[in-house]
Amino acid sequence: MSRVDHAEASSKFIEAKDHADFHDKRLWDLRKKRDSESEAMPEWEQLRSLASAIKEHTLTHLADYLEEFEKNATANGMVVHWARDAGEHNQIVHGILEQHGATTLVKSKSMLTDECEMRPFLENRGIEIVETDLGERIQQLDDEPPSHIVVPAVHKLRGDVAEVFSRTIGTDAGNTDVHYLAESQRRHTRPYYLKAQAGMTGANFAIAETGSFVVCTNEGNADLGANLPPLHIASIGIEKLLPKVEHLGVFVRMLSRSALGSPITQITSHFRAPRPGTEMHVVLVDNGRSERLGMEDFWYSLKCIRCGACMNTCPVYRRSGGLSYGSTYSGPIGVIIDPTFNLRKYSSLPFASTLNGSCTSVCPVKINIHEQIYKWREIIAKRHQLPMVKKEAMRVAGKVLASPKLYRAAVEAAAAGLDHLPRFVVYNPFNAWGRQREVPSAPASTFRQWYVRNRGGER
Amino acid sequence: MKVALFIPCYIDAFFPEVGIATLELLERLGCEVDYPLDQTCCGQPMANSGCHDDARGTEALFAQNFAGYDHIVTPSGSCAHHVRDQMTAIEQTPAVQAVRRNTRELVEFLHDVLGVREFPWAEFPHKVGLHIGCATLRGLREAKASEIVEPAFNKPRMLLSAVKGIEFVQPQRVDECCGFGGTFSVFEEPVSAKMGHDKVEDHHQAGAEYIVSPDMSCVMHQQGCARRAGLPLKFIHIAQVLNGARE
Repeated sequence: MSRVDHAEASSKFIEAKDHADFHDKRLWDLRKKRDSESEAMPEWEQLRSLASAIKEHTLTHLADYLEEFEKNATANGMVVHWARDAGEHNQIVHGILEQHGATTLVKSKSMLTDECEMRPFLENRGIEIVETDLGERIQQLDDEPPSHIVVPAVHKLRGDVAEVFSRTIGTDAGNTDVHYLAESQRRHTRPYYLKAQAGMTGANFAIAETGSFVVCTNEGNADLGANLPPLHIASIGIEKLLPKVEHLGVFVRMLSRSALGSPITQITSHFRAPRPGTEMHVVLVDNGRSERLGMEDFWYSLKCIRCGACMNTCPVYRRSGGLSYGSTYSGPIGVIIDPTFNLRKYSSLPFASTLNGSCTSVCPVKINIHEQIYKWREIIAKRHQLPMVKKEAMRVAGKVLASPKLYRAAVEAAAAGLDHLPRFVVYNPFNAWGRQREVPSAPASTFRQWYVRNRGGER
Repeated sequence: MKVALFIPCYIDAFFPEVGIATLELLERLGCEVDYPLDQTCCGQPMANSGCHDDARGTEALFAQNFAGYDHIVTPSGSCAHHVRDQMTAIEQTPAVQAVRRNTRELVEFLHDVLGVREFPWAEFPHKVGLHIGCATLRGLREAKASEIVEPAFNKPRMLLSAVKGIEFVQPQRVDECCGFGGTFSVFEEPVSAKMGHDKVEDHHQAGAEYIVSPDMSCVMHQQGCARRAGLPLKFIHIAQVLNGARE
């Protein structure tokens, strides 16, 4: 599997200036709205600590809470399935659909099903799948993965959406009015709710004590999909567990504030039991989570509630777009999760960060994201996954900087040299610094030379 | 008070005037300043790239140069952050731990240790945009980050407020990262340069004549962007302003 080249992909993203600037501005607006909401709550930082503690407790007692959830959900009348990995998940879902003779599935947003690459798996087996979240639907129709875990088509301008819709659902290509586009999509999707034999959702939280799960949405699509067809399947990552309903209050207060800067999602649906005459199936998915739970430096990433606040605040994500990460999970949270799936493939991602730490500060469950990014770099270097040029540069730098003599020779040459070189030598294609920036002008002497000259000391 | 001065490699090579201002300022405030002549770097470039094996020799040299000092002061936030919070490639002997614990960025040292609030010799009659690097902001916590809910505080700004004639202007994104990020600036050049150009444009739009910063590496990057873009922004280290530079 080839490596993701984040720098190369980001370069293409930035070339489309209108898109790149809109993307940055749109997500920065979400960050600002998040700030207004959190500042209006004096207890915000206390809530973050509480949320973090609840998640850490749950994750360190996960097996018990999972069994409690299974027991209670089963007693409620749900059918609980366990999936070790993506393949098992997809087979279980396919099995349930097959058993019910379902050929059309309406589906709300779920990063987990993207992680499992469920759509192509089911489509290859003759199942028609309709994404019902507007952003996900745009991405599905354009045959592109979501670029953001909350706003999947945020990298597209309205003109792009008009182009996709005119090509796929027959809208007027010249009409880029957002109401027209949203309404057209709505009219196109609605009949599928009635036609579908099955509906699928993810879950934001699963509650052990009640055996219920919670889905937070803004469009109402998940509720239509879950309540119209006679079969509801929910795919839930095992890290989504919470012990009690009372814990939900902490997370529901923070989820949408962190994500979109709105106090709460439009709809918070609690699913506890199938409606009479219908079935409700829950698939609990591991897919590497247990292994991650055993990683001393990285298990905290399982606290994630997928709000996307780290993406919105990340200056690198905002300027490179989610697709440049080449993975289901992008932005800071993606950078620390992706290498657990494939270290080699995603070895460039931990370097797509300035380590500025804003991601850690906005995270509602206090994941130490930038510290984990730093740690991944060490692991990537140790496992020999650094590009040769960087590895060699660091080897030489380490040697020079460990020797006062070599160091002095190098800086004195640099200080003396730069201004005497012709511009085309300094600003050559191999000098990445100089492509869009000037290099500093060379001073008359180094600080050390000045010090020795003016304050004495050995030469 | 006896102080050891650490002048990071890039300041030594490209911005000697920042080292000189730091030295003079500390002396003006009554410190006896040693400058160990065999110093090079703190090891951050290698460690931030994940290459802890390559950082080891440099970190050992740093610890050796600065052993025994109660106060090690440097005009660079990210270097102080590396030494204090991340210098773990070498064995953590009591001597190494003491060096790490005793290392301060200049503003921290002035604000927290010396407790200086007056700079009667300083006058800087300009519109100033303050840039606090991310390691200084969130690593050393010299100011409240915009996304954290807590009472406002800002140590560099508090010190600069004592400078006669200074006027602060605020960019739209008050503490957005400028995109330097060490080797990030070269290996992720497209995003780094875009962030840098956005940053200097934001300061320019706010009406800044000068960017003042405790972080010269961010400044080196922003200055490179501003010069390429032809913006009339000027850049100066906080040590120079506090030491009485007029421009």
